[in-house]
Amino acid sequence: MEDAVLFNLRDERQSAWESVLNYFRKRSMWMLYYCTGCGAIELPPSMTSRYDMERFGMGPMATPRQADLLLITGYLSVKTLKRVIYSYEQMQEPKYVVGFGSCPINGGIYWDAYPVINHLELFLPVDMSIAGCMPRPQAILDAFQKLMDEIQAGHAVGYKRYRKHHDWYKRNQDAVLARTEAVLEPWEDPFSDAALVESLWNDAPAELRELREVHHDA
Amino acid sequence: MRFLNMLPQLLGVSFLAMGIGLLLMGLGRQFTARIQRRVGPPFYQAYLDVLKCLSKTSITHGFVMDLGTIMSLAGLIATAYYVPFVQWTPTGSGSLVIILYLMTIGYLGMAMGVSASGNPQAPLGIARALALMFGYKIPLVMVILAMILVTGSSDLLNIVNAQQGGPSNWFLLKFPIGFIAVEIAFQAMIGERPYDMMIAPAEIASGPMVELSGKYLGLAFLLHSVQLYVETALIVNLFLGGAANPATFFGKQVLVYLTSMAVNAVMARYRIEQGIAHLWKWAGSLAFIQLLTTKGGF
Repeated sequence: MEDAVLFNLRDERQSAWESVLNYFRKRSMWMLYYCTGCGAIELPPSMTSRYDMERFGMGPMATPRQADLLLITGYLSVKTLKRVIYSYEQMQEPKYVVGFGSCPINGGIYWDAYPVINHLELFLPVDMSIAGCMPRPQAILDAFQKLMDEIQAGHAVGYKRYRKHHDWYKRNQDAVLARTEAVLEPWEDPFSDAALVESLWNDAPAELRELREVHHDA
Repeated sequence: MRFLNMLPQLLGVSFLAMGIGLLLMGLGRQFTARIQRRVGPPFYQAYLDVLKCLSKTSITHGFVMDLGTIMSLAGLIATAYYVPFVQWTPTGSGSLVIILYLMTIGYLGMAMGVSASGNPQAPLGIARALALMFGYKIPLVMVILAMILVTGSSDLLNIVNAQQGGPSNWFLLKFPIGFIAVEIAFQAMIGERPYDMMIAPAEIASGPMVELSGKYLGLAFLLHSVQLYVETALIVNLFLGGAANPATFFGKQVLVYLTSMAVNAVMARYRIEQGIAHLWKWAGSLAFIQLLTTKGGF
């Protein structure tokens, strides 16, 4: 249950006991979100009477300690990323990350903005991404249904990837968080270059790179 | 030896209290959803939530936090042993003094446990909960005092027996003003709006529960479920004449709880000083009138 788990998305093996627990986990997902990006505006209609997220057992929670699901609602600035990482590390396992909209995938319309990160999966293990700018409530609920299937199948194991490859994630986080320090002279941004992002991926452990291939195929 | 003989009954009542309490929570959430014209979660959602919480990893902030969490749950389960379920208690006693005394232990255990977490929001929520307790315990005790004066017994089993023989004998009709006072106090006892200032998710980040994770949160849910069972059963026994069979008893508990949830669905939250003032002014004065007008009250 702890460490001896295969991380390949298509090859996750789970015991019968784990599969029973996953049923409860998928039917009772509590969300943590901060309205730091424009995507949060789609959450109120998803939660209230029109689309009624609570029928799937989902609901908002007040603190990271209580939550299972971390929602990155839209663009993520570097300063926010620091707080998001703190929050993610305070959450208790099993925990899942969902990226809202184009921005956590590739930067979206902020792809060349200096304070915004473009690739969330370099810093946190993303279990589900919802494309669109912005995704409508239907798309959000569809994504949560798919995430429930992934949890039941034992595929949503981003938290285990994060624990196993923590040094790689930490290195990327440190590299980008260097941007939050004061700059008094012209300075080259390590993340402005797409080639540099590629080189970070080339350093990545093999199973994370394979996972990236799977994402591209899908 | 007597304890060993009672053990199956005690365990049975513990699980009964948790099971009924969680079912009440699920029904309450679905009822609120219907008021808001939503589909709402299934009635067994609270069971799923608790089992999920217990399956997660959790963080402790020290021995006192573990002790406090267990103590609060134990205190409320011990209360359940003295609250009659269908005119029967496993301990053979329904002493109201013991019930009122043990109910407080639940809150004190919670206060000790969550204050040990070191998060400033937790003592803030606990301070509000304990301040609110001054508000609702006084009307509750005044009404119970009136009942003790009339029935001549402080045993809840005798109070239930005094109400037998049809709804016309219920204390709901004998103490109507006191019933309204206790209903207001009940809203504060279970922490529903307008008296939910101790939880207040958007204000103090769910107060006492702010640092509870995984299994601790699951235990807090069980605590709330036992609390719901004890407090609804208390009202059913005090005013609605208990019940002759478990189904009727549970039906009356659901009725009491859903009445409270209906108020919860349409009210906003009081600030803490408004809440206490409201409880003393309205629930307190109604209970005092009830006590004065009771024969033998003065």
